[in-house]
Amino acid sequence: MSVPWLDWLPLLGEGTLITIKIALLSIAVALCLSALAGLGSTSPIIIIRIASRTYIELFRACSLLVLLFWVYFALPFVGVELSKLWAGVLAIGLNIGAYGAEIVRSAIFAVPKGQYEASLALNLTPTERTWKIIIPQAVARMIPPMSNLLIELLKSTSLVYFITLSDLTYEAMIIRNNYYSYTPYIFALLLGIYFVLSSSISITMRILERKFTAWR
Amino acid sequence: MWNWSYAAEILPTLLNALLVTIGATLAGFVLASILGILIALGRRSRFAVLRLGLQGIVNFIRSTPLLVQLFFLYYSLPMILPISLSAFTTGVIGLGLHYATYLSEVYRSGIDAVPKGQWEAATALDLSPVRTWFSIILPQAVPPIIPIMGNYLIVILKETPTLSAITLVELLLTAKNTASVSYRVFEPYTITGILFLVISLLLSFGMARLEKRLNRRHTA
Repeated sequence: MSVPWLDWLPLLGEGTLITIKIALLSIAVALCLSALAGLGSTSPIIIIRIASRTYIELFRACSLLVLLFWVYFALPFVGVELSKLWAGVLAIGLNIGAYGAEIVRSAIFAVPKGQYEASLALNLTPTERTWKIIIPQAVARMIPPMSNLLIELLKSTSLVYFITLSDLTYEAMIIRNNYYSYTPYIFALLLGIYFVLSSSISITMRILERKFTAWR
Repeated sequence: MWNWSYAAEILPTLLNALLVTIGATLAGFVLASILGILIALGRRSRFAVLRLGLQGIVNFIRSTPLLVQLFFLYYSLPMILPISLSAFTTGVIGLGLHYATYLSEVYRSGIDAVPKGQWEAATALDLSPVRTWFSIILPQAVPPIIPIMGNYLIVILKETPTLSAITLVELLLTAKNTASVSYRVFEPYTITGILFLVISLLLSFGMARLEKRLNRRHTA
């Protein structure tokens, strides 16, 4: 009994592309929100600080799958109707963004105080201080924890299976309906594909880290 | 849009289902704590095969989605091995295995933080390896990491809705079933969201207080 790997390839290929698409879009949303809320929680303006903290605490306390259900099934009742793709991207982006904001915030606070003082002593403007002194050093610190977070993001894209978006997991379940007796092989292959995708994220991040720490 | 009497009507059903969610969370956390320490100890073993093997397994489990692992455990395992597990048991094993890999890192950080002199003192006193671990190292390694373990308890709570994929009727699946009977979607999902939010905020508040108390004891 040989395993019909080749018959599965087209569907799994399509699913992989959808998973990558969701992952990339969610990464974009999550990184924007992380930067906004992370910088916002260090802002001297109290309203921005409170708004950022509320976002971070609220979405870190919320279960991603429940949020996804709420965005996709409940929001249409108040007139907001999103496609499956955008519901998934929004829910994942909002959730991961809240965790990312904490990484951004702690990386900014981890820049030694002497750096602020030196830039004051050199009479740099606040904009120069933020963009030329603080951010470049903070970004280098952000990359290792961000790498872990992006792997969490990739893993959480599998949850869109629940709203029947045809991602990798969903396609594998369809294949399983047709090739029931091969179930263990299908799931083993599925785990393997996710492992390869996660590994490519961590390799990319390691290359980025080397680039951003070249000045050290 | 929001119907209070309907919300009040479904609340008892949802609260009942919350018990399943909490049960799975606690059982998963206990299993993850036990497996986590075994992995942490195994990764310090003298045998390279065990060390590298565990590292590979940990890396693999951390790189793949819990959902797919649950599918694998629930749908493939009975086809490979002559066992059949309930959805609850499978869910707890899945959660336990997945988060054991995270907790093993937490334990490792706790063990690494025990001063080297403690090991040397244990050797000097000729304590057996078992006594060294249980009387000297672990009592010092575990208390400082309790707050971090608490965070993982909250993470596990938030992951339990995934167990609905393997037909465990927990809070989210109950909400879904309620919604499909009444065709009213907004209240069940909103109540579910609020319940998760309230419990995880309460837990993180409790953890913050516990951390403060632990810190006071350590500095005193």
